[in-house]
Amino acid sequence: MDKMPKWADVVLIPLISLVLAAILSALVILGIGEDPIAAVKLMVSGALGSTYGWGYTLYYATNFLFTGLAVSVAFHARLFNIGGEGQAMLGGLGVALVCLYIPWPHWSLALIFASLGAALFGAAWAAIPAYLQAKRGSHIVITTIMFNFIAAAVLNYVLVNLLRPEGSMDPATARFAEAVHLPSLHELLAPIGIEFSKAAPANVSFLVALAACVAVWLLIWRTKLGYEIRAYGNSEYGALYAGISPVKITMIAMLISGGLAGMMATNNVMGEAERLVLNSTEGAGFIGIAVALMGRSHPFGVFLAAILFGFLYQGGAELALWTSIPRELIVVIQALVILFTGALDNMVRGPLERIFLALRRGKA
Amino acid sequence: MDFLTLIQVLDSTVRLATPLLLACLAGLFSERAGIFDIGLEGKMLMAAFFSAAVAATTGNVWLGLLAGIASSLVLSGLHGLASITFRGNQLISGVAINFLAAGMTVLIAQDWFQQGGRTPSLFSGGRFEPLSLPFADALADVPVLGPIYSELLSGHSVLVYLAFLAVPATAWILFGTRFGLRLRAVGENPAAVDTAGVSVVGLRYAAVMICGLLCGIAGAYLATALQAGFVKDMTAGRGFIALAALIFAKWRPWHALGACLLFGLLQAVALRFQNIEIGNFVIPVQMMDALPYILTVVILAGFVGKAVPPKAGGEPYVKER
Repeated sequence: MDKMPKWADVVLIPLISLVLAAILSALVILGIGEDPIAAVKLMVSGALGSTYGWGYTLYYATNFLFTGLAVSVAFHARLFNIGGEGQAMLGGLGVALVCLYIPWPHWSLALIFASLGAALFGAAWAAIPAYLQAKRGSHIVITTIMFNFIAAAVLNYVLVNLLRPEGSMDPATARFAEAVHLPSLHELLAPIGIEFSKAAPANVSFLVALAACVAVWLLIWRTKLGYEIRAYGNSEYGALYAGISPVKITMIAMLISGGLAGMMATNNVMGEAERLVLNSTEGAGFIGIAVALMGRSHPFGVFLAAILFGFLYQGGAELALWTSIPRELIVVIQALVILFTGALDNMVRGPLERIFLALRRGKA
Repeated sequence: MDFLTLIQVLDSTVRLATPLLLACLAGLFSERAGIFDIGLEGKMLMAAFFSAAVAATTGNVWLGLLAGIASSLVLSGLHGLASITFRGNQLISGVAINFLAAGMTVLIAQDWFQQGGRTPSLFSGGRFEPLSLPFADALADVPVLGPIYSELLSGHSVLVYLAFLAVPATAWILFGTRFGLRLRAVGENPAAVDTAGVSVVGLRYAAVMICGLLCGIAGAYLATALQAGFVKDMTAGRGFIALAALIFAKWRPWHALGACLLFGLLQAVALRFQNIEIGNFVIPVQMMDALPYILTVVILAGFVGKAVPPKAGGEPYVKER
């Protein structure tokens, strides 16, 4: 018999962890001599108080949805993919190549193929660590970390030496053609009579990200492959006994993971910057770790966590703009979320299990 | 390349290898005891900030060093709490520590100094000055050996010599003392150590704390000796290169020295020569930057000798099993 009801495991523990992270964050804000309540108010009004704020919140959330899903899929196979950042960087390269060298007639066609290109490049970048883990037993955490650094070097080289337009000093590609410009939420919502800020970068990729959430849910819980991934993640030996190939699952889970991380580039490269620049990912690959941990690797949880981190990101930018609190506050909050929901999980779980056992005994 | 250039490159190799070496030995203690630590980067960064901040405020670099070590020890304690006491995931804890350090350093720096997340520049007294070995000046003019002695061996800060002395010290502690034997055993087979009546938790905490101490010195070296003050994200991936060196060295102290010198050399060469031409072929600077990471991946894949980590590494020890 379980020590705890399932809802407590899925809802209560993340919630308590989140509250603990929030309390500590508040203490940090107090520590640097600012008012936490005023800070939260400013963040809420800046990130959720206008369609402009929402536009940014959803834009960031789109990034985190992709990288969060990427980390989640790998997590189900008990593979800790820290390489989302590198995979997303390479995904950006895929998007840039598709958008720069093919004259697309319409953005919708371009988006489909840019997504494919991004997924392909991201997956290819994840394939090497996956292969090395599956076949040669190298630790995927270390190899994906190394691949983040290698990706940064590759991108730097490509942007400086190969894709930089003639006469430009900036290590970046040329601007994409007007035809591949992705419609923003403003352009999508205006025809149906909803006013949305023109300046905000949220775009149609958000809908792609939502579709990806549904697709991942279907994959993990409604297909044989998903079952095999979860079975492998639960018990490698059990899966082996059931005839599931560890090599196959490791490869497939990491390819999907890398592909999802790569697809993030449709949002930031194609939807926002409309050209590939250095450091276009802005750490979203790492935030995916926090998002997946908080969302318990479930697509709906990832969705909620991505919105929360989108809010934190945009709120943090507003804080940095209007107060002397630097944007790095978000990094601290992110660290605390990872710490409490990921590493100190048992600290919350232990006492909670005891409470539930005591309650049950009281009833019996 | 002429002789003097060679000496200068080797000199900067030593400088750049020092923080790697300290962090690498730090990881060595921790991982030999079975605690994976990808938070080396974060501990170094935190120590770099606090050492620079205290050295800037007090004008005393030794107080700075102590503050750096203390801050690194706090993060080590956190890692121990998460991965030993609460048996959490060591990798996730390490990731969290890296982010915590990256955020907190800038946050506190901005609050204390209002200089955009950096500390004020350090002046004499607030920095570790280069030590001049005896007769360095007098011997400088002797051909070949003179420059080697006066440029390469002399003229480093005390922390450099400390780092290099830490190599034999580590080798002795790990392989020559009872503590070291137990520490290695706890990374291979904690149940056996437990059965022998030695505290697994105590040993692992000890290892994690030694790790914190060495990371603290590494961070202080970065901010108060290699550079004059703390700037945002100044560790710049050194923690991960140290981790790479550790794998390269297959978790052995003397090999760690070799690996760190190699990676230090790569950094020194990349710094000095941007693109290296060999005949018609140009090695781009980005290739040099990525080389330590590529080497690590190759090593990990077992193509150049197999790197086998301590057996119980990454696994929390559960007594009642």
